[in-house]
Amino acid sequence: MAVIYQKSAYLNDVKRHYCPGCSHGIAHKIVGEVLEEMGLLEKTIMVAPVGCSGLLYDYSNTDGIHALHGRAPAVATGVKAVHPDKIVYAYQGDGDLISIGTGETVSAAARGENITVIFANNSIFGMTGGQMAGTTLVGEKTSTCRDGRNPQVDGYPVGVCEMLAPLQGAKYIARASLHDVPHILKAKQMIRTAFEYQLNNRGYSLVELLCACPTNLKMSPTDACRWVGEEMTKTFPLGVFKEE
Amino acid sequence: MVIVSVNESKCKGCALCVSACPKKIMKLSDKANQSGQYVAVCSDPPSCIGCKCCGIICPDDAITIEKED
Amino acid sequence: MKQLMKGNEAMAEAAVMAGCRYYFGYPITPQNEVPEYMSWRLPQVGGVYKQAESELASVNMLFGAGAAGGRAMTSSSGLGISLMQEGISHICACEVPAVILNVARGGPAIGSIQPGQADYYQMTRGGGTGDYHMIVYTPGNLQEACDLIQLAFDKADQYRNAVAVYVDGCIGQLMESVEIQPRTPDPKYQDKPWAATGWDGKSRPKARFTSVFMDAAKCEAHNDHLQEKYRIIRETETRLQCVDTEDADIVLVAYGTTARICTSAKRMAEKAGIRVGIVRPITVWPFPYRQVQEACAHAKAVLCVEMSAGQMLDDVKIALNGTKPSYLYYRLGGMMPAAKDICREIVRLNEEVR
Repeated sequence: MAVIYQKSAYLNDVKRHYCPGCSHGIAHKIVGEVLEEMGLLEKTIMVAPVGCSGLLYDYSNTDGIHALHGRAPAVATGVKAVHPDKIVYAYQGDGDLISIGTGETVSAAARGENITVIFANNSIFGMTGGQMAGTTLVGEKTSTCRDGRNPQVDGYPVGVCEMLAPLQGAKYIARASLHDVPHILKAKQMIRTAFEYQLNNRGYSLVELLCACPTNLKMSPTDACRWVGEEMTKTFPLGVFKEE
Repeated sequence: MVIVSVNESKCKGCALCVSACPKKIMKLSDKANQSGQYVAVCSDPPSCIGCKCCGIICPDDAITIEKED
Repeated sequence: MKQLMKGNEAMAEAAVMAGCRYYFGYPITPQNEVPEYMSWRLPQVGGVYKQAESELASVNMLFGAGAAGGRAMTSSSGLGISLMQEGISHICACEVPAVILNVARGGPAIGSIQPGQADYYQMTRGGGTGDYHMIVYTPGNLQEACDLIQLAFDKADQYRNAVAVYVDGCIGQLMESVEIQPRTPDPKYQDKPWAATGWDGKSRPKARFTSVFMDAAKCEAHNDHLQEKYRIIRETETRLQCVDTEDADIVLVAYGTTARICTSAKRMAEKAGIRVGIVRPITVWPFPYRQVQEACAHAKAVLCVEMSAGQMLDDVKIALNGTKPSYLYYRLGGMMPAAKDICREIVRLNEEVR
């Protein structure tokens, strides 16, 4: 009997606290598979955010550094300065990257830091119970915009890829989704490209992954994934925004 | 012959594998794990074509797939 | 060999000569010459200079570099130090070595660009969350500042903690002749198996830096561990200088440039026949409580002189613990106390307590 599918060596067996159906687990898996396939596991240093995925260093078999909320790109910059030969990547949620951490996000990209950012966008603050975030869709109901996000009051969701692509320091910017198998495989290819950019010192790379947060969307995991595929992609079109 | 084995302590009964399986043979069993979640099970192994969709979409590494070569 | 150097540049060179290879900073007067100097000097020694987008970012870069095992530093003043508070608490909680230079200016908030000492609470009590501390050195002149910056790197490695050098703008801006020697990092602390360098899965435990605990009992255990570290630091790292305090009637307590001005005031007062001693804390955390009380044992009165509104007076009162009357003379907003004004206070006080 040959094993044709199993857990990536990147992830350990610590039980993960994520809710049933949360896409974070999928994101970690495909990042781990890419690093494993590229033989980079032992060279990787991971910077975790504050948020649902803030405990990633306890789930992954790499050195892990927990950054303060929003500061992962700055922490990664410091790590990369000391270890330019290592693979340094920051894993961030939308609250971390485009609410409190917008400054660090834009600045690291503008500096062209040779790091990779994996951006899990589930359009909501998950860990704290489903508040509106920087990427909450217009009309999307959250615990801090109960009748749906109203642009007059709450403004508009931010397209991070669209925002970063024009920056000259940003060399590879792409957006994928994790709502079904074909899209997961496409996301994995983009993640691979991003890490290849870093490996070849080509500068800043970021892959945005549209993710489902069933608990805070108050949907079943399957419905939440369908909502990501049908609704989120309208506001956040998939594709490669920069490949220099 | 393909064997889809589900790690019952890791499975959270999210049923993403159920919706992803093209042959519609992944089901949630009526067996609950110690967290009280109904774990997934491959209900008709002979019909499994080894496409690995259930494994790929599983967020919790609960699925391992083996194939007799 | 002695060189005439600008304070900020001398302190930067001292850091480089102590093996600092990573600097993350942001412009703010009166310390701009530190990033300027580092921007061209560090590349010369194979180091990295990063200009951050804010002091908030620079302290988090500092955290990353320290967690990766690098000998790293940042510097700032006033509001920049305020932006660093969360980062400093995280650095201390995660037990990462880091050196932070504060070239303090007039406050509060934007304040003025002239010298100040009103960051005392922030430096010694901390503006971040929870029970954490930094060792805080307060040099009295540029040579001591250069020596203490070099020491700070070894103490940061030794205790895996943030260590601050806290000077006022005067020391940063003046030019003085200083001698800067290379100082090899203390070999006892250069093996850093805890650092994040890429994990081979077997030769050491995985590097893990976090300050979050889902389990409160584990968080308390971590706090107890940190408190034990601070207890050891309190016992072994306090530094101060006492001048003529054995038979002084009036003892002045001052640090940094203020202490230097007090030396002139002391000479003036002595001409008026008053016996004056000076106690100069060189660490304001850990504050030398016991030593200050001992130094004031003979005094009739203690005069705390500072460029802040009694922030250090609190610690002086803790030190004296009611054994002596304590008084305060201060200037604020970047105005510096004049020796003749301090001398006038000494004379007035001497009359009052005779």
